Amino acid sequence: MYQYIIRRVLVFIPMLFVLTILCFGLIKAAPGDPFSSRLDPKINPEVYEKQREALGLNDPIHIQYLNWVKGAIRGDFGESMIFKGRAVSDLIGERLENTLYLGLMTLFITVVVSIPIGIYSARHPYTPLDYGATAFGFFGLATPNFFFGLVAIYIFSITLGWLPAQGTVTRPGMEGFELFIDKIRHLILPSLTLGLAGTATYMRYMRSEVLDVLGSDYIRTARAKGMTERSVLYKHTLRNALIPIITLLGFEVGTLLAGAVITEGVFQFPGLGRLFLQSIGNRDYPTIMAINLMLGFLVLLGNLLADIFYSIVDPRIRYD
Amino acid sequence: MTQKTLLDVKGLKTYFYLEGKKVAKAVDGVDFSVSPGETVALVGESGSGKSITSLSIMKLINKPGKIENGQILFDGKDLVGLTDKQMTNIRGREIGMIFQEPMTALNPVFTIGNQIKETLIRHKKISKAEAERKAIELLKLVGFPRAEETMKEYPHQLSGGMRQRAMIAIAISCDPKLLIADEPTTALDVTIQAQILDLMDEMKKKFNMAVLLITHDLGVVAEYADKVMVMYGGQIVEETKVEELFLNPKHPYTTGLLESLPSLEKEVDRLGAIKGMVPAAHSFPVGCRFSDRCPHAMDKCREKNPELREVEPGHKVRCYLYE
Repeated sequence: MYQYIIRRVLVFIPMLFVLTILCFGLIKAAPGDPFSSRLDPKINPEVYEKQREALGLNDPIHIQYLNWVKGAIRGDFGESMIFKGRAVSDLIGERLENTLYLGLMTLFITVVVSIPIGIYSARHPYTPLDYGATAFGFFGLATPNFFFGLVAIYIFSITLGWLPAQGTVTRPGMEGFELFIDKIRHLILPSLTLGLAGTATYMRYMRSEVLDVLGSDYIRTARAKGMTERSVLYKHTLRNALIPIITLLGFEVGTLLAGAVITEGVFQFPGLGRLFLQSIGNRDYPTIMAINLMLGFLVLLGNLLADIFYSIVDPRIRYD
Repeated sequence: MTQKTLLDVKGLKTYFYLEGKKVAKAVDGVDFSVSPGETVALVGESGSGKSITSLSIMKLINKPGKIENGQILFDGKDLVGLTDKQMTNIRGREIGMIFQEPMTALNPVFTIGNQIKETLIRHKKISKAEAERKAIELLKLVGFPRAEETMKEYPHQLSGGMRQRAMIAIAISCDPKLLIADEPTTALDVTIQAQILDLMDEMKKKFNMAVLLITHDLGVVAEYADKVMVMYGGQIVEETKVEELFLNPKHPYTTGLLESLPSLEKEVDRLGAIKGMVPAAHSFPVGCRFSDRCPHAMDKCREKNPELREVEPGHKVRCYLYE
């Protein structure tokens, strides 16, 4: 099994390499340069050329790539072009924390809500509560993120006044437990919004997986051995039903980060997604490339973790 | 009956309620008994209701199926009246069961050792260390030379025959009084089949278990069973001692089955076949359920289903030819 994990990590390295080429190449292939949207067309071409020279934009493309990768390995993505004088890595650093909290909270809500409901639905199929869960599933899948976010703000923040509508903290200077609670309160609506589709999806998957496993021969064997209903469900069924779910959760990392771009916009949430939108709007190339690379890295990492968990849960995977 | 019986099934009816108000009478009035230490074979084609009969005894019938009527007296208790929770104390402890598909009957994510031990711990209330020791002993008994290593292996690492041996180890782990084997060798290679059946026979003698052997293989019946019941259309059509069935078959269905076997004595160009198909359990013909396929069918056969009657001592037949 360790061999499998090591092999899987080794495969990870060339994938990262391809990812850097893609991140770099896509931006380079885009027309224009960082100046094209903000310069006075009447500027002296000599000054313009000097600036390009100074930023290394006139170097051959492979030199530019190598310089960028060299920096990236050390965590240096250069300087932002819109937030003057600020390192891209600092900008990302302060936003990433918020996005990670949002992502973790979303994942937590998704798992805690969808898996028990999925199990219930599978054990009591075609009952009113199962139909209710199915209806919720369609609702969750069919409702766009931004729309649900707006409705949630309207109901829970504006009408009822229960939860804050935007940001991450109420006022600066809070500390300790008070700050923790405040952060959680700010996370609830965005993570519900971001997790809605995922919750619906996992609930459906869990239902069909558990139904499938409950009908399998080895569950009949477990019953024939006199195992109690508890043991049949929580030991024999769950372990098998969760295998595909784990793979999906690995992919979910990417979906969460992509979904965060829109959700963070709706909730004015200072996370990576909003920084990403801002940097695209302003053609802040160093930031765009850095965030692209980071998101790609996290998606790869999610898949790597899923593969490793998968090999732990499913003994059949290890020796392939 | 002079001897006290272990299992007494009386008037068992297991129906499946299908969509469109159709009722599939998979098992429709089955009576039989199994004495301690006896091997009873239940023979029939696919769809004759033999597997459902065995699952009914374990009360492992899932919706939309239901035990509609009848008694299953096991060791003096009527299993039909027991709750699901009470049944978990019978299953695995008093009645062990092995299934047709060893490839899928073991849980793929737990080790063989784990799957044997959990049965022992569930029923015998012994410590983990003791269960470990007992499980290794059982594996050796059913023919695993490297039992200690096998304990740590997963089902996918074993061959079909080996998995069936592991299933037998699980089924006999708590010294059950009855072992139900539902086509235990159908999915195995011919060479392995005999090994598994011999092992079952050996275990039966060693632990003095009764065996209910469900099969469609008359060769297996001849070799291992004491008593045989032939099932057709959810009912028993003939019941007798094994030798008697082969020497003196009475029901036209039984004769048909025997004619479809290759024989060493007679040379034939073509083996016999019973024409037609087993009728679906929701649309049996009126009268005798075999009448549509029977070469001897009379008018009477198409009007009323005959009763299972004792025509010779210890030989029961459901057919008008013997009235």
